Amino acid sequence: MEYLLIIVSAIFVNNIVLAQFLGVCPFLGVSSKLSTATGMSGAVCFVITLATVVTYLINNYLLVPFGLGFLQTIAFILVIAALVQIVEIVLKKISPSLYQALGIFLPLITTNCAVLGVAITVVSKEFSFGGAPHLMNLGEAVVYAVATSLGYGLAMVLFAGLREQLAMNDVPKSFKGLPIAFITVGIMALAFLGFSGIV
Amino acid sequence: MSKFGLIAKGILKENPTFVLVLGMCPTLATTTSAMNGLEMGLATMFVLILSNIVISLIAPVVPDKVHIPVYIVVIATFVTVLQLLMQAFVPEVYETLGLFIPLIVVNCIVLGRAEAFANKNSVGDSALDGIGIGIGFTLSLTVIGIVREILGSGSVFGWKFIAGDGILAFVMAPGAFIVLGYLMVLFNKLARR
Repeated sequence: MEYLLIIVSAIFVNNIVLAQFLGVCPFLGVSSKLSTATGMSGAVCFVITLATVVTYLINNYLLVPFGLGFLQTIAFILVIAALVQIVEIVLKKISPSLYQALGIFLPLITTNCAVLGVAITVVSKEFSFGGAPHLMNLGEAVVYAVATSLGYGLAMVLFAGLREQLAMNDVPKSFKGLPIAFITVGIMALAFLGFSGIV
Repeated sequence: MSKFGLIAKGILKENPTFVLVLGMCPTLATTTSAMNGLEMGLATMFVLILSNIVISLIAPVVPDKVHIPVYIVVIATFVTVLQLLMQAFVPEVYETLGLFIPLIVVNCIVLGRAEAFANKNSVGDSALDGIGIGIGFTLSLTVIGIVREILGSGSVFGWKFIAGDGILAFVMAPGAFIVLGYLMVLFNKLARR
């Protein structure tokens, strides 16, 4: 039941792009075509989950016990950058087809603030999923990371669909490109606000 | 380019929010009021100026292959300095801006300026570039904050001039996207003239 609450809340209620404003740059950058949007969502899902597990372990078993909490930001970004490199190298060897599909998106992910954002949220924010507020344990953190990245994928795929339609419309000159995209996301966020009562 | 031109271009011609469209996450998330927008802008400006200065100093000796990780470590160091300073002197501001202070590390404006300007220009010019882009970013965030605060709570910088609640949606997520969209339209329109 608790995991279900985490999943629903992370995908719909606190959607990472539409409610928390994380990872907006790549969200706008690669959402003009449905296929690239799907590829990027896959890569982000993979990296967010992996990065959350690794940074969670590093934070709780290395930084906190040795009183190095102030190094959190530097340590996390280095871990994420290294992780993205490793994933790239490993994928290239093990599954060239998947590497082909995700290839160009992987290096971009280091600077996607969704990854660092989720990693920091998981170790610092207290959540109360139907119980008393507490910091997440590893299991909850993994479920939260997976659900959050699914929410990212959902928002991205929905928006890519809208944008493909938008490209065929006659938009006033000043609205062309990003302005109309922002207004569209705003209306989408308004729709997602409707979920806010359910958790 | 003149010293003044270096600062001025960050405000209009290369405005990081409305023209370059970089650093969207803090722009959208922290502009719930004019004050929050201003504070976020100043925090980013602090990191931007210092990282620009240091990166322009070390750029000639950093091997090309590892320049991105080196720049990120420099930026992350200044973000940590900023975090500690804010926790010590303005803890309530640190509380409000929350997650978005450590996230300055991945703000594309900071790394973008390092790559596009600081690594091939002199220390003085890089500092001025940081000041210019920083002012441009701060101004944009403050303007978005003012618009959202007027529509959402009927006040400016906490000074309430419309009684009642205002349109709540403008303080919440959807309002951020919509206000930014329309301000971009306005900016495009004015810039084209």
